[in-house]
Amino acid sequence: MADDPQTTGALDRVAVTLGRALRDRLGVDGAQLDRLVEFLGRRLTGDFEVDAFGFDPELTETVLLPVLRPLYRRWFRVEVRGIENIPDTGPALVAANHSGTIPVDSLMTQLAVHDEHPRHRHLRTLGATLVFQLPVVSDLARKGGSTLACNEDVEALLDTGELVGVWPEGFKGVGKPFSERYKLQRFGRGGFVSAALRSGTPIVPCSIVGAEEIYPLIGNADYLARLLGLPYFPITPTFPWLGPLGLVPLPSKWLIEFGEPIRTDQYPPGTADDPMVVFELTDQVRDTIQRTLVELRELRGPAFG
Amino acid sequence: MVVGVARYLGGRLAQQLSADPAVQRVIGVDVVEPTENIGAAEFVRADIRTSDIGRAIQRTAPDTVVHMNILATRSDAGGRAPQKEINVIGTMQLLAACQRSESVRKVVVKSSTTVYGAGPHAPALFSEDMVPGMVARGGYEKDAGEVEAYVRGYSRRRPDVGVTILRFANVLGPTIRTALSEYFVLPVVPVVLGRDPRFQLVHEQDCLDALRLATVEDRPGIFNVAGDGFLVLSQALRRAGRPALPLPTLGTPLIGGVLRRTRVADMDAAMVRFLTHGRGVDTTRMRTALGFDPAYSTRATFDAFAAARSRGGLLERDRVRAVEQTLRGVLTGETGHGR
Repeated sequence: MADDPQTTGALDRVAVTLGRALRDRLGVDGAQLDRLVEFLGRRLTGDFEVDAFGFDPELTETVLLPVLRPLYRRWFRVEVRGIENIPDTGPALVAANHSGTIPVDSLMTQLAVHDEHPRHRHLRTLGATLVFQLPVVSDLARKGGSTLACNEDVEALLDTGELVGVWPEGFKGVGKPFSERYKLQRFGRGGFVSAALRSGTPIVPCSIVGAEEIYPLIGNADYLARLLGLPYFPITPTFPWLGPLGLVPLPSKWLIEFGEPIRTDQYPPGTADDPMVVFELTDQVRDTIQRTLVELRELRGPAFG
Repeated sequence: MVVGVARYLGGRLAQQLSADPAVQRVIGVDVVEPTENIGAAEFVRADIRTSDIGRAIQRTAPDTVVHMNILATRSDAGGRAPQKEINVIGTMQLLAACQRSESVRKVVVKSSTTVYGAGPHAPALFSEDMVPGMVARGGYEKDAGEVEAYVRGYSRRRPDVGVTILRFANVLGPTIRTALSEYFVLPVVPVVLGRDPRFQLVHEQDCLDALRLATVEDRPGIFNVAGDGFLVLSQALRRAGRPALPLPTLGTPLIGGVLRRTRVADMDAAMVRFLTHGRGVDTTRMRTALGFDPAYSTRATFDAFAAARSRGGLLERDRVRAVEQTLRGVLTGETGHGR
């Protein structure tokens, strides 16, 4: 640009007028736009922080969560109960039921915790290996705060006082047929309970109603699944028949309830390796979630009401 | 005795040790004469792959041996076969010589976090006790793992000798040339589509300081060494002002071959996995047991490298900043010349 003061002055005036016109057209105020441009500038110059797990809080709060918010508020009309059961500070392990063919429930729970909790805590969710094998998905998952569901990572997160979200049913839960909706599957080996015991972290049982109806799984193309290396290949009333349109989830009504925390710090050290205690606690968490699911379903009434 | 003195870090370590009053005599060993200044250190020519190295140790009777002759890139060695020979056979010969020697009291090995591999199964942070054997590995990852296995075998057979293995994250800095540094100075950097690996770095001076600490003091054990904090690849490229070129993969013979043949980049499978999945290591033990505090964080290391090596990229940060300033000025109604 020319350094001649007159030219610069004229250019500035033109720029200011243009900017004002643009602002008026878009109907947003200058401060908002300023923040947006500043954010983009920081992204483009690499001025942001990620933690050891690849979590990028700025991107999550500015882009990832806002993208999900309309789905949360308008589409699924999520109602949250018992948010006070999530501690304000320090570690806790949120264990929830898994469903919905595509794990949208973990995203919604993450958003529920962030939006409803007074401290706007981030729920650090745990994902299966498959999540980290897929391009794009793995990148977004890490940036959004997820990490691999393995003992090392859970313990590292809990040790730094994070709130961790786990879906112990795994693929058995998300990929179960519609006819088995709201029936909890086996809770793996209870690895999450051992991790909680080892660090004395409370377990918060979380029951999610609504996710079962978003993609009712009526069939599984086994052959295709094996061909693609996936745990299942879903067939729903709309997918794959309607192509990409079949990926639009059905607008069911959601309720998410966080139950009372189950303490794990009153056990003697070394209990984490005691299978009896681990299975007992696992069953306790499982029963609590199953019971709450039944209550919540009655409370909700019809799925699409 | 510094083995691998003709290479950049080896030469610098020999030079810095020879300036240290606590160290009486420094001997540098390599097949070729070092091109850099190694200070008061004496150069001894010996091929690590042969029993030459044994005779050199016999003759000079060192009390400490620093093994820095493990090559991370095949182009350094002139191909994969010589690379493997230097790494694996070289280490075996060197350790055999140390085992026979009466004088050697301490062995320090410059290893790398590559031994952990990289992949979707990897935990976010590797600690020193985790060495996953199940991940299919090849190339340098395999070498690094085998080298460490021989070193552990040696330390079992000679419990009287203190053995320190330092596993360094990728070393970067203003002067050092590594596969990663040459990757970051490409005018357009090929990356894997839909992946943004996170990684840690060690500044070259921190690397030397850690090696010197392990050489002068007695700190037996295995330690991860990495700077604080993480960078993700996209972030690093933006800090270096380099545009990224997303490719579906870097590892297929087609793409890898084209990159190699056009001399753009020579990436082996381990490097490709690293650039796909990233890696992180736990450095708690480095602070508590090794007693080492890196002066540079990962980000500071990268910025020191970028300031020295990657000026004038297509998307230089100052230019982006200037555009940002102007745009903010325009949009908020202030004049946009507050640079």
